[in-house]
Amino acid sequence: MSNDKVTTQRSENPFMKYLRKDRLPHIFCAGCGNGTALNTFFRGMEAAKIDFDNIAMVSGIGCSSRIPGYVKCDSLHTAHGRAISFATGLKMGNPNLDVVVFTGDGDAAAIGGNHLIHAARRNINLTVICINNNIYGMTGGQISPTSPKGSFGSTAPYGSIDKPFDLAELVVAAGGSYVSRWTAIHGLQLANSIKKALNNNGFSFVEVVSQCPTYFGRRNKLRTPVEMIKAFKENSIVKKKADKMDQEELIGKIIVGEFVNNPRPEFSENICKLSEEKCGKVQLVKSAYLNEF
Amino acid sequence: MIIVNPDLCKGCDICIESCPRHVYAKSEKLNKKGVYLPYLDNEKKCRKCHLCELLCPDQAITVEEEDD
Amino acid sequence: MFIQGNEACARGAIKAGCRFFAGYPITPSTEVAEELARILPNYGGSFVQMEDEIAALGAIIGASWSGLKVMTSTSGPGFSLMQENIGYGQITETPLVIINVQRGSPSTGQPTMAAQGDMMQARWGSHGDYEPIALSPSSVQECFDFTIKAFNLSEKYRVPVIILTDEIIGHMREKITIPDEVKVTKREMPQEKPEDFLPFKADENGTSPMVPFGEGYNIHVTGLTHDERGYPDTSSPKAHSKLVKRLCNKVLNNRESIVSVEEEFCDDADIILISYGAPYRSVSAVVKKGRSEGINLGSLKINTPWPFPESQVLKAAEKAKDLVVVEMNLGQMVHEVESVARDKANIHLISKIGGELHKVEDILSKIREL
Repeated sequence: MSNDKVTTQRSENPFMKYLRKDRLPHIFCAGCGNGTALNTFFRGMEAAKIDFDNIAMVSGIGCSSRIPGYVKCDSLHTAHGRAISFATGLKMGNPNLDVVVFTGDGDAAAIGGNHLIHAARRNINLTVICINNNIYGMTGGQISPTSPKGSFGSTAPYGSIDKPFDLAELVVAAGGSYVSRWTAIHGLQLANSIKKALNNNGFSFVEVVSQCPTYFGRRNKLRTPVEMIKAFKENSIVKKKADKMDQEELIGKIIVGEFVNNPRPEFSENICKLSEEKCGKVQLVKSAYLNEF
Repeated sequence: MIIVNPDLCKGCDICIESCPRHVYAKSEKLNKKGVYLPYLDNEKKCRKCHLCELLCPDQAITVEEEDD
Repeated sequence: MFIQGNEACARGAIKAGCRFFAGYPITPSTEVAEELARILPNYGGSFVQMEDEIAALGAIIGASWSGLKVMTSTSGPGFSLMQENIGYGQITETPLVIINVQRGSPSTGQPTMAAQGDMMQARWGSHGDYEPIALSPSSVQECFDFTIKAFNLSEKYRVPVIILTDEIIGHMREKITIPDEVKVTKREMPQEKPEDFLPFKADENGTSPMVPFGEGYNIHVTGLTHDERGYPDTSSPKAHSKLVKRLCNKVLNNRESIVSVEEEFCDDADIILISYGAPYRSVSAVVKKGRSEGINLGSLKINTPWPFPESQVLKAAEKAKDLVVVEMNLGQMVHEVESVARDKANIHLISKIGGELHKVEDILSKIREL
């Protein structure tokens, strides 16, 4: 039978080898951009020639923070907003690890805003993938610090009255050495950005503007994943072009592209250097397991 | 050949929307999980750009490089 | 060596193998951080000043999973900020040590004055059911010794351990002896291969060997209720009950080997004074003076407020007619003494707040009134 032949020939999805198959399908709603961001991460990791076994993931709380739990690597699923502080300790404790943080707009920019800007200031070598869906998904659709002015959420029944954060610009101002933003439909650009972020020896921040059809879409006349990604396509403007446009023209637009790529001395390396130069000591790794040191 | 894994697909239609060559179409019947799966309406047009594979949020699509 | 209590905590930490410190400046604990900022690089360790105490605890938990012994230090306001991540440390079984140099409170209170107002916060400060381990030094030597003990307990049971010291002990200078050799508990790698290893399955100690990140074990560590693999399992009543009871029992079932008390003149005492931390210094003088006046006083010094030394307090209650709890708050540990011993002895509280130690004569005059 031809059907049997098809079955035996079945090859696996290219990202499946990195996932904890026993936990799939994941909890994300149909059309949620989290899974896409994860695929682009793997693609970027392969392009950056980073050894998957050397990756450690850290996340906080929220839908996007559930991502590391599906990945077959060491992962730390921490408290709300605190992922970057845990990641700072993990990276300092073992600078050989490639530490990646998955976070969201609420996690990174509201409750965890302070940790975000300080990690950027230190330029510690972390790769932060911030999936910005402009809403609190896990708790059921409350507005977030990136919800556009006038957008609706369960805690903004009359529309958000606040000016949202521009996350990429925030991290640039705080001192991040690689910063980019793309939407969840810019798969190839995202993968390329993640490659650069992983290869940057410093604080890298990749903002993924992503769709939450369930909570953001439903309350904002973008009911399906397709409607949401169409809106991303229509509203995205590359940074080079946006730089030449007026503020007025940019209302409602999503500026995508590379915001900064400016390597500078990295924090955990500076700490190691300090030990060596001032005290003549090499920084110890995994010393809790040593008998004498 | 393109494989859509019915156990993982949640029927979001992103593959249908984003395929530059309109390879996918939406089935008219719900499957037993309550999902309108995409089907290959025009597989011959596929140029194996793997974009659907990359964008599929549920790791449900496999685009095989070699056809028999 | 003639040093300050806070410095002794820092020296003890180094001796115990601490190679990572993350903290945030706060009076009266800052000298712990300052000392470690200076000496950690000499031992191949690293120091980082974080943006707040929440981040400090986050960073040490991250560093603990990288395979280092870790510590932070703080005082009341910072300790409050750490509570969320203390719960995370509990549920993920992360070894770490927190030095809390207590000051007058609530809120900003008295930054430069001593208090023992955080005893119950150390017990119940984070949300949910958990069993903390806490030690209270009453001398500079004990700051050093107890910090080492804190690391060893933390590694053995994989729990956060808190040193509840105070401004008096932290800033006091005394001569201490630093031994050449100290007993240090090191971490062990599991015997199993990565594919067979269950990172959250209890062994005979009630916990499991801790693997560091980057060894190929691919462990998932989460603050959510999880199974033995570490995978979240948040809606099963059974899974939650199993996990939380195991975490509590690994401390409670080992209570007798964790707790430490010191008795003086208790055997023939009519009145036993119970104290911990700085007030023990007054109590010790009171007992001697009282005895010289013919009052049969004894002292029960609690080194480990948590887990509470129930059987030891009960034993004291069976010996003496009156138990007098001397503490620098309006009555915290006295409630524990009452719940254990109220049927066996009369329980009294001699409390003092404001930052000064109890005066010997004040305690004695209250005892004479009993």
